[in-house]
Amino acid sequence: MLLLGASGSGKSTLLRALAGVLGDDEGEALGSLSVAGQAGLVLQNPDSQIVMSRIGDEVAFGCENLGVPREDIWPRVRTALDAVGLDLPLDHPTSALSGGQKQRLAIAAVLAMRPGILLLDEPTANLDVAGVTEVRDAVGRALAGRDSSLVVVEHRVEVWLPVVDRVVVLSPHGVIADGDPAAVLRDRGGELAAAGIWVPGHTPPAPPRHRPEPVVAETAAGLTVGRDSVPVLTGLDLAVSGGEVLAVTGPNGSGKSTLALTLAGLLPPLAGDLDAFGRGSPHRWRSRDLLPLIGSVFQNPEHQFVASTVRAELEVGPHALKRPPARVDELLERLRLTALERANPFTLSGGEQRRLSVATALATSPRMLMLDEPTFGQDAVTWAELVALIGSLADDGTAVVAATHDAEFVAALADRTVSL
Amino acid sequence: MNPVAKLAAAAAIAVALLLTLDVVSAAVALALELVLLPLLRIPLRRFWLRTLPLWVAAPLAGVTIALYGRTSGRVYAEFLFARVSEGSLELALATALRVLAIGLPALALFLTIDPAELADSLAQTLRLPARFVIGALAGTRLISLAADDRRSIAMARRARGLGDRNPFSALAGTAFTMLVVALRRGGDLAVAMEARGFGSGVPRTWARPARFGAREVGFILVGVLIGAAAIIASVVTGSWSPLGS
Repeated sequence: MLLLGASGSGKSTLLRALAGVLGDDEGEALGSLSVAGQAGLVLQNPDSQIVMSRIGDEVAFGCENLGVPREDIWPRVRTALDAVGLDLPLDHPTSALSGGQKQRLAIAAVLAMRPGILLLDEPTANLDVAGVTEVRDAVGRALAGRDSSLVVVEHRVEVWLPVVDRVVVLSPHGVIADGDPAAVLRDRGGELAAAGIWVPGHTPPAPPRHRPEPVVAETAAGLTVGRDSVPVLTGLDLAVSGGEVLAVTGPNGSGKSTLALTLAGLLPPLAGDLDAFGRGSPHRWRSRDLLPLIGSVFQNPEHQFVASTVRAELEVGPHALKRPPARVDELLERLRLTALERANPFTLSGGEQRRLSVATALATSPRMLMLDEPTFGQDAVTWAELVALIGSLADDGTAVVAATHDAEFVAALADRTVSL
Repeated sequence: MNPVAKLAAAAAIAVALLLTLDVVSAAVALALELVLLPLLRIPLRRFWLRTLPLWVAAPLAGVTIALYGRTSGRVYAEFLFARVSEGSLELALATALRVLAIGLPALALFLTIDPAELADSLAQTLRLPARFVIGALAGTRLISLAADDRRSIAMARRARGLGDRNPFSALAGTAFTMLVVALRRGGDLAVAMEARGFGSGVPRTWARPARFGAREVGFILVGVLIGAAAIIASVVTGSWSPLGS
């Protein structure tokens, strides 16, 4: 069963209630809930649900907690790892797994508990395209020939259609549609798309662009990028122009983020020449000098929040430049954050945090904008807003560099693509 | 080898060497250890890297005590508050050897302990509460993630124009963001663990047994014997000098 609904419709809360992990102190509960057998929950972020340092121990963990006798645990571990296709030694370190492998491990760990119901909360939202398919196929294989149920919450409908035979749509007022996937999507597709769900055939339209004459903003010659003096990419020749959206694509670990962070002056280049706005390599600039020229938006918005309210967060950049925070009201309005201006940035939803992180970079009107996975895990409504905003910035002459594995984003915006 | 046995053996040596402060006991213990350490088969490079702080700390402690330690016997040199005497030199040598004799086995044994095995033996051999032991084990995994967070946060602060501040205020800001991110992740991890039956009240089983048999007893005995040999040698040679004497 695929569980759909706009953000705030209670999908995750329902899933956690089914898993039995909602605390009594977290709200009110009415009515009754009965679950036949064990429920197994897999969450969105691969890094925050792995407990052990070796994959065998990780899968055994749930069995140990259920009091399964030792001699039964290891056969269960092997079977569960086979079911998700993780053909690795039991002492393989969990930290050496890719995102997709980590999510498959989390699913194996739950399967070993022999759940009557498997609950997946956006299990592929943090993965690249290859990881998404890998996890979806592992779930399909693991469920084949079992009589356990699957409930998956995901806003990308297309991914899960091959393995689900029922779609339920939630609203804050209860179930608003329930039935065969094709029928529900036909009757409710438009409505769901408007609520931010990615429905096949309802992809948000790309905004019209009128590209200005490109003006060179940054050039790289023979550039080598890497972290901790370990090169990831060598010999790059590249120009970034104002008025142009440059997409940097490639699989996980190919160095997309490293390149983008280097171009933004946040990582030192390991070799080669880099020049931005005729002022040399931006990693030598003072932090403050970056603000009016290069703005950066990080993959995890929480890493870049430094203030206690949304408004104060937007005033940080202008304040560092000792300028009046002139654009703050305009940006709050434009990114639909006005009602939240006194909220703490850490308490915002994922989509709100993303909009705020973009707004903070724009507060000092930089001439170049670096975005690291800007559309990661965003719903279709936020996605369309971001795409429209970034398109209009480029039209106004801003140079945009985006490290991304979102094919729709590239199709909608990229004027040029560097594939790594 | 059960990690608890390793900890106990290292502790036995440490206790014996803290009973007296003379040169002989520390030298005897260190000599015995240097003979036995190769049996642990720790790769040399790793051994030197991990014990490097000790090789720096031991002579530093020695020099400090040689200069400022309690003066007795002949005075060799004097400068301001520093006074190098026969007594301070002997105490310096004893201290430097003692730092190595206690530190080397402790660090070397710790190097060979896997956190998961330690958790198994703390819970099964020492019967510490599973909630506490597994909670701590899960916590150690978050430390490596925190290092990545710190790097990203430092870059983000530079991008936001806060990178030119003095290092102390930058440290406070970075630490706060790291704390919030770690708490968020810790909360998620707690939900994931609870969803997998952790802390449900069902008596827990352990997938890996933590054995405690003749090997472990023998290993602890080696530690006790090293300590005993050190004390006996010190008493026999008449150099026994307990703390405070």
